[in-house]
Amino acid sequence: MSEIKFTDQHEWVRVDGDVATIGITDYAQEQLGDVVYVELPEVGREVAKGDEAAVVESVKAASEVYAPISGEVVEVNGDLEATPAGVNEDALGRGWFVKIKVKDAAELGTLMDKTAYDTFVAELE
Amino acid sequence: MALAEPTTPDTPLKRTPLHALHLELRGKMVPFAGYEMPVQFPKGVLGEHLHTREKAGLFDVSHMGQAFLAGPDHETTAHALEALVPGDITGLKPGQMRYTLLLNEQGGIRDDLMVTRAAGDGQDGRLFLVVNAACKDADFAHIEALLPPGVELRRADDRALLALQGPSAVAVLTRLASAAGDLDFMTMAEIELCGAPCLVSRSGYTGEDGFEISVPAADAETLARALLAFDEVEPIGLGARDSLRLEAGLCLYGHDIDETTTPVEAALTWSIAKRRRAEANFPGADKILDQIANGAPRKRVGLKPEGRAPAREGAEIVDADGRTVGSVTSGGFGPTVGGPVAMGYVDRDHAGVGSEVTLMVRGKGRPAGIVPLPFVTKRFHRKK
Repeated sequence: MSEIKFTDQHEWVRVDGDVATIGITDYAQEQLGDVVYVELPEVGREVAKGDEAAVVESVKAASEVYAPISGEVVEVNGDLEATPAGVNEDALGRGWFVKIKVKDAAELGTLMDKTAYDTFVAELE
Repeated sequence: MALAEPTTPDTPLKRTPLHALHLELRGKMVPFAGYEMPVQFPKGVLGEHLHTREKAGLFDVSHMGQAFLAGPDHETTAHALEALVPGDITGLKPGQMRYTLLLNEQGGIRDDLMVTRAAGDGQDGRLFLVVNAACKDADFAHIEALLPPGVELRRADDRALLALQGPSAVAVLTRLASAAGDLDFMTMAEIELCGAPCLVSRSGYTGEDGFEISVPAADAETLARALLAFDEVEPIGLGARDSLRLEAGLCLYGHDIDETTTPVEAALTWSIAKRRRAEANFPGADKILDQIANGAPRKRVGLKPEGRAPAREGAEIVDADGRTVGSVTSGGFGPTVGGPVAMGYVDRDHAGVGSEVTLMVRGKGRPAGIVPLPFVTKRFHRKK
């Protein structure tokens, strides 16, 4: 399992072989508040880096989740349908959104590591 | 993901008398109607909403506009206000409260408000008004400009407004003052709370039993802390205030009602008193009476989306043929209902309860039913 990487849009990515698991960060879930609904893409869909990959809804508003890398959606987290609160409870674990088959590993190179992301978030507050 | 970045407003935000307390309670502060207000506390919108329906929630609604109308006697003051609203104000008994609407000449709604006939010694001729925060300056200017000589508007900007709502509200408030328990729904009395002279009404915006308390600004924090000291009471933010009123089917000005919606279209015909219909002496009377007699072109309805995806304000409502028949004016997730709830306007031919419509959410059509309001049973205090 490779290290976790982050985008400046508050998504995280973890790569295992050629499959990347994606979710939103703990900072993002805290800013969002209680998650009540998650809209996930269809398995088989092709996403390009920066495309809207999912939608996460709090009581008050809907927010887009962007694909940090390009590839084909190979799995989505069905547990989030019944338990959207999983995103709040364990954003980096159980709260994962989609798994994408990595098309171009070089895209990961432009993402932040944990230290860089933590610094980035600290500057936002 | 796209997170709403906080923007700096052009003019500094106003603060309520409870501002320091909100920060101490770790409220998440956001701009609302020119004020810095807590949208939620650490408990979160969901938890705060459920707590209010289960026990008691304390809301700071001091951003709303409070004012007194003062005239030589009740008949004169009430008659002056009746020129602007379609309710029966002259018929109010001392201490009685009524929901009514400030109308414009086209029969549209300038604001919705609560009007109470003051009770107690030396109060004859006084009406107490509470209007929406975003409209208060315009409302008070509008009212003042149209008052006859002898009737004055006095803003009460030196007062805070708290709401204590939920099934435990009466048990809690009677510990501070037993008189609170004697209040009937939609009545107000002068009651001393923590040594401060308060105007306490049995009313609210959540569908639960509860009270709205007008308290001098200097005494607001003491009162709020005293109420929060009770186990049953939690601080509640504007996020849960919105989900609570939506489940209760109550309108939010600027969203479900505005200058382009008549009370008939808004399903608020009940607020137009029978006597006033006969007299036809309120702004927009011709259009409103015509709609009462012949039906309105559209109607505010409750919408229950199938499945779990919420439909939000602005979502188009289409019929089976894909034709637009209305739009959503309020929508979100109802924590007590356990699913999405919404309200919107639908063309009269498609507005029947039980009808199926389609709500356009992110380009996808989602089926929804037109359902009666409210979504949760109202539990207002009824006389035995």
